[in-house]
Amino acid sequence: MHEIEERKGWIGLLAKAPADRLAALWETAAERPGFTHLRAPEVGGAMVRGRMGGTGAPFNLGEMTVTRCSVRLDSGEVGHGYVQGRDKAKAETAALIDALMQTRAAGAIRDAILTPLKAEMTKAKADRAEKAAATKVDFFTMVRGED
Amino acid sequence: MYVAVKGGEKAIDAAHAWLAEERRGDVNVPELSVEQIREQMTLAVNRVMAEGSLYDPDLAALAIKQSRGDLIEAIFLIRAYRTTLPRFGSTNPVDTEAMQCDRRISATFKDAPGGQILGPTFDYTHRLLDFKLAADGEAPEAPRRETQAGPVPHITDFLNKEGLIQTEADSDETPRDLTREPLELPADRALRLQSLTRGDEGFILGMAYSTQRGYARNHAFVGELRIGTCAVEMDIPELGFAVEIGEIELTECETVNQFAGSKSEPPQFTRGYGLVFGQTERKAISMALVDRALRWKEMGEDNMGAPAQDEEFVLYHADNIQATGFLEHIKLPHYVDFQSELELVRKMRAEAQAQTMPEAAE
Repeated sequence: MHEIEERKGWIGLLAKAPADRLAALWETAAERPGFTHLRAPEVGGAMVRGRMGGTGAPFNLGEMTVTRCSVRLDSGEVGHGYVQGRDKAKAETAALIDALMQTRAAGAIRDAILTPLKAEMTKAKADRAEKAAATKVDFFTMVRGED
Repeated sequence: MYVAVKGGEKAIDAAHAWLAEERRGDVNVPELSVEQIREQMTLAVNRVMAEGSLYDPDLAALAIKQSRGDLIEAIFLIRAYRTTLPRFGSTNPVDTEAMQCDRRISATFKDAPGGQILGPTFDYTHRLLDFKLAADGEAPEAPRRETQAGPVPHITDFLNKEGLIQTEADSDETPRDLTREPLELPADRALRLQSLTRGDEGFILGMAYSTQRGYARNHAFVGELRIGTCAVEMDIPELGFAVEIGEIELTECETVNQFAGSKSEPPQFTRGYGLVFGQTERKAISMALVDRALRWKEMGEDNMGAPAQDEEFVLYHADNIQATGFLEHIKLPHYVDFQSELELVRKMRAEAQAQTMPEAAE
């Protein structure tokens, strides 16, 4: 169960990562392993659903673009990438990283790519949250009359 | 009646070439990049994504550039592109409770847990033109305040606890999809919401406004309006579990409306719901009001004969691509059609004249 949670974590991180940052980290971090495509990078859509009233029955909200790719490393591990948008190179990189994370290279990949990516994305979120917090209303009540 | 007519290819080619030149405008003015549109015309991009029904800011920005800023034309381009995409699946419903909120306000509870967060809003501006924007200026910087990420619960939850507001019936039924089957009436609420969220902002706004002015008035308060980002999760068959496939910006509006009650149930507030791609709050509020108006049957309310209560009227006229397609087709050649009308009116006039002539002779 723990392994699945961990894998969900990095696949989701790669899906949301800025493409240019992922490409840059991948470029410097790892030697490209030998691999074959199980599914060549493919652009498609996913129908996003919402819930009525936020909590009720589902309805179809609209689609988003997604690119997917599956690879098998020469050493046998299979990796899948599903990334937001229409970037085929990013989907392939995500699939390769998913595969490599199942090999002995996992620790190195985590240190060189996943950890810095996660830190940058967390920082970006925190920056936005701080700007939002600055617009939070502090109500005060005017006291009238005798004290 | 349509008859194939040949000719006009050269004129059409020249027209398109001129369109391209006009699109570029004065070449002494720097060309707009797609990235500039995406980053600086964000709300136009959001509208194109919402009504184009495809979340992809880069594509929406490209469509705006290609359409010279005609947003309905841009939406048309996105809808056309969308039909070419293979569908990988449907996502799990987004969890808006877990939204990272840029903005979150309630018009019903001042001290809502999580607070009133104004976000990057036009509200409280004086709507005076800012001539500083016309000059190159330094990039502005927003103030910050330290914060602990805490949960921002839905306002309706509080009313729910006391049973003061209707609960939404939870289910995991697969919703009908109007992009996969023709829209047939009566539509269930899932289809209505799908239709409203991609409907024309101006049309939905007008319908919502009509309810405020008294055509099926439903006394809406904005219980909560939130704008921010939500992760999107989808089941991946080859993995055997769900993963996040991205993150989207959404605007959600929940309205709290006047009571419904019956002999068996005490009075309760009722709800309307709006959820739209991007930062699109006018649309989301409008959607919630129209959603509420369209729920009159299930609420056991009277049909006031108001346009916003008329499902057929609202749903069949909300889509600006359908509407503009039918509207604009009348400018295309109807030579043969019109020729027959011309013949007909001449004949009728001749007959009318023939009838009046003998009278004149008497």
